Amino acid sequence: MIAPIAQEPVIPEFERASECIRENRQFCFDWFVDNFDREFAPRLLEHIELTAIAVGIGFAISFTAALIAYTRGWFETPFALLAAFLYTIPSLAFFQLMVPITGLTVTSAEIALVSYTLLILFRNTLTGLREVPEDARVAARAMGLTQWQLLRRVELPLALPAIVAGIRIATVTTISLATVAAFIGVGGLGQPIFNAIQSGFKTEFVAAGLLAVLLALVADALLVLLQRVLTPWARARRA
Amino acid sequence: MTTAEREEPLSGGAAGLAFAEATKVYPGRKAPAVSNLTLEIPASEICVLIGPSGSGKTTAMQLVNRLIPLTAGDITIDGRSVKSLDETELRRGIGYVFQQIGLFPHMTVEGNIGTVPRLLGWPKERIRARAQELLELVGLDPEEDLPRYPSQFSGGQQQRIGVARAMAADQPLMLMDEPFGAVDPIARDRLQDDFLRLHAEVPKTVVFVTHDIDEAIKMGNRIAILRDGELVQYDTPDRILAEPANEFVADFVGADRGLKRLVVWELRDLQLDPVPPDGAVGPSLPDSTSLRDALSQMLVDGAEQLTVLDGDGRPKGTVALEAITGLIGPEKKRTVEV
Repeated sequence: MIAPIAQEPVIPEFERASECIRENRQFCFDWFVDNFDREFAPRLLEHIELTAIAVGIGFAISFTAALIAYTRGWFETPFALLAAFLYTIPSLAFFQLMVPITGLTVTSAEIALVSYTLLILFRNTLTGLREVPEDARVAARAMGLTQWQLLRRVELPLALPAIVAGIRIATVTTISLATVAAFIGVGGLGQPIFNAIQSGFKTEFVAAGLLAVLLALVADALLVLLQRVLTPWARARRA
Repeated sequence: MTTAEREEPLSGGAAGLAFAEATKVYPGRKAPAVSNLTLEIPASEICVLIGPSGSGKTTAMQLVNRLIPLTAGDITIDGRSVKSLDETELRRGIGYVFQQIGLFPHMTVEGNIGTVPRLLGWPKERIRARAQELLELVGLDPEEDLPRYPSQFSGGQQQRIGVARAMAADQPLMLMDEPFGAVDPIARDRLQDDFLRLHAEVPKTVVFVTHDIDEAIKMGNRIAILRDGELVQYDTPDRILAEPANEFVADFVGADRGLKRLVVWELRDLQLDPVPPDGAVGPSLPDSTSLRDALSQMLVDGAEQLTVLDGDGRPKGTVALEAITGLIGPEKKRTVEV
């Protein structure tokens, strides 16, 4: 599927290009800035969308599964095995595998991306719930909280740091994996990378790669911030 | 009791508690953990359940709020069977304090204390006012400590918050499972004193589990001694020390039970001799001093007599050494009447 890297780099608008571009240097900042709106902004948005949908759906599935496993222990092993199996499928193969079933569509990409989030989100949510201090659970029961109130008011808030930690890892991993999804033509920052691999145009390659890394860092920072806002108690120490 | 009264939740004042042949057999065990336990705890008294480990004291206590379900027999609160009440309603009406405290680390002090009131649907302002009032009662700062988190307090302070939480909805009954067992001896002593003061101010019926006989003597209006799930003796601390029902109780309360008895009495409980015309004799002690402390003071000073001071610090009488030592002799068991 992937064409070999061109012998001579294919440089866009070679005639009017700057010296940096003509020499195909590692990274030409002026070209990046000039072409950001046209070349990168739409890809970046696609990438964010791919990631958000994958983590969102992945979380909904994993969270539900973790709640079931928390109350019904037998459910843990089969779900964890399934999630682990999905996790071991090489990403390139997974995307290709989906094409005959759901075509060259975003759905194909999302099925694979969602599958990769399950293991970490399921594990972290379940561990978070199980690590709720037994004392707090006993106190809640003795004070007359119902099962549901115990979950909503005590167990879930206390499991939140572990859950958010899982979402952070899943998000960063998905941002990275989503670049590969461009292989089946669903856009995202992987597309300029695939283009550049074929054209040999270094700036495009480096720019898309850097944007993906930057996106991962920003997403992670935002999630850390979210966790801090949601769990003020975690940082409270004896005055 | 009318039907209307029966439907009311448990709240306010203090409730009488009665075990009627309460029995618990854990599944798969032959011997009952609690066997035909029958005892009555009058409203606003502190009843201490004590016994060696495995005696069933904690199980007996947890039968009350149905953390452990009864196998047979019944337990009634002001005449209402715990089995007739909805489980969550029952628990919301009974304060629960235990050694591990179990404060919710993700809630502020206000959130922790307000747990049951929130479940009962109290408005926010009322919960805050109640939390402030209780913090004051347990000796914490009602303004500054309200928005803090449990991790910002010492173990002793956390248990004070635990006690406040157990009283938040003005529950008529409190269950306390070795509540001061995890704090250091000095803090424990202060917690015990403060709890007794609090109890005098806000009398609740309390079931207090401990394995520490000194704590039982200090805290209990009555002590129930359990062994292998059976009640061995149920009496006031003084009578348990003076007349242990059998060898087991005598062993359990310790060879120094004579001296321990002196903890139960204060100088004010004694018949005082008049102050001699030439003024005070021996050491002068307030009438709230325990006989044990008074005896210790006399031994230290080598005094034969001491002077008892009234609340204003004026001498109100004297006590001879023999009056105290005589109390623990065999033939003078009942020279002091409550």
